[in-house]
Amino acid sequence: MKSTRSHHPLVRITHWVNAIALTIMVGSGLRIFNAYPAFARKGETFCCYPWEHKPIPRAFTFGGWLAGARNWHFAMMWVLVINGLIYLGFIYLHGEWRDVVPRKSFPRDAWAMLTYYLFIRERHPVQGKYNALQRGTYFILPIIGAVAVITGIAIWKPVQLQWLTDLMGGYAWARYWHFMAMVVLVALSMIHIFMVFTVDPQALKSITIGGYDESKSPEARNARPFYHLFRRPEPDAATIAAHPSLTPTDSFETARRPSRDDTPEQKP
Amino acid sequence: MTIDRRKFIIVSGSAVSSALIAACDSRGPKGAQKLLRYAERKNEAVERALLRHTSMDSSIEGSRLAGNALPSYYVSKTVPVWNEAQRGKWTLEVSGMVDRPLKLTLDELQKLPRLTERVNHYCVEGWTAVEQWTGVRFSDLARLAGAHPAARYVDFQSFDDNYHESWDIESAMHPQTVIAYGLDGRMLGAAHGAPARLYSPVKLGYKNTKYLTKIVFMPVRNGGFWSDKGYEWYGGT
Repeated sequence: MKSTRSHHPLVRITHWVNAIALTIMVGSGLRIFNAYPAFARKGETFCCYPWEHKPIPRAFTFGGWLAGARNWHFAMMWVLVINGLIYLGFIYLHGEWRDVVPRKSFPRDAWAMLTYYLFIRERHPVQGKYNALQRGTYFILPIIGAVAVITGIAIWKPVQLQWLTDLMGGYAWARYWHFMAMVVLVALSMIHIFMVFTVDPQALKSITIGGYDESKSPEARNARPFYHLFRRPEPDAATIAAHPSLTPTDSFETARRPSRDDTPEQKP
Repeated sequence: MTIDRRKFIIVSGSAVSSALIAACDSRGPKGAQKLLRYAERKNEAVERALLRHTSMDSSIEGSRLAGNALPSYYVSKTVPVWNEAQRGKWTLEVSGMVDRPLKLTLDELQKLPRLTERVNHYCVEGWTAVEQWTGVRFSDLARLAGAHPAARYVDFQSFDDNYHESWDIESAMHPQTVIAYGLDGRMLGAAHGAPARLYSPVKLGYKNTKYLTKIVFMPVRNGGFWSDKGYEWYGGT
């Protein structure tokens, strides 16, 4: 049976194109920023950035020099935008948008996830393909991405599209919002990558070559970040009912580390 | 062959991170340079299509003049100063595809209709500065010289080593493009391109040749000091 957590090939492709494009955009953007690592107009001061004139460490930059970084930035922006539009158009037409738009129960579900991660709640809430925190993140990411693109256009064409630049409070502020959008994108991406590796490593496979084994889902394993370092309770009847592969004899040890001679009916 | 999850993560993780480490702070793969140049040409087409002579830059309300905070860039080792004893009186030559080639002294330039504009300076590095320029509109000079309609490009040359930058005629004819001899109400100083320089908010700073000596109308583009090194030739704002 095909898991509902599997991703459509188009989602898998756009995910990785986006990952590469975004990495290059951030790296080249930081190199461009380093040419003038501040926001103040010449002869003025800027209120809202505590590290004015402190460059970003070179290791986080891409492009080698200002012109190289600019060339990468202005080429990759098309890949990022076109890829993003393909993804959004696809999930709109194909129905995947239902998985990422927060539901009415969002505050309750998010609270349940939060209390679970904080060890207040015992069992991993079962909330479908994505839990509320994921939904919120995957919903907000394209919005911040759009902010990054629009603020980027505003600092690319501050004279020909001055109305847009003025809308953001002028060039210096447009540049600031462009930087802040990047900060949010990077922060969310870091959390995303952290959660993949510490809670659901299988997601790395499902977003690359597809497929998902439900018996190893975070819900089934009751996985918190670094869950393997903690003692875990035995699965209760409800979890076993929801995940038939978790027979009572199938201890969590074997669910976590399946061996080659697992019962054949586990494999489709 | 089956690949277990652990192996998959290790292999893919190390492949991605080694690719990232290899790419970090490099100029990226050499083969990509062709693609980047292709993107630059496409971007230029977009930027040229966006250019309107009615889109004017205006400095934001309440912004201060940059004054002494305006950086002074030049490519010579020392501040370029026109040496009258050696080179004779400074003149601005307007030539190329024109009906009436001109040689204007600073006095003659100042007698032409003048424009004073308070606009932003957009540097390629990302900073801006508010400045007040006084000078002659480029479009007035073009009319005076009788520029040929087939002259689609203009080269702006200087006595700052071999610094020059060529422009598309549309940007040059923008009403805010001036041959400036005044800055913030005073005559232009040596640090900012005296006796006269090109200034327009529709182009990034490096396109605005300082220490101007020649304006040449051409049928084709002629690159530029920074454009030839890899910066965008168009450099529009």
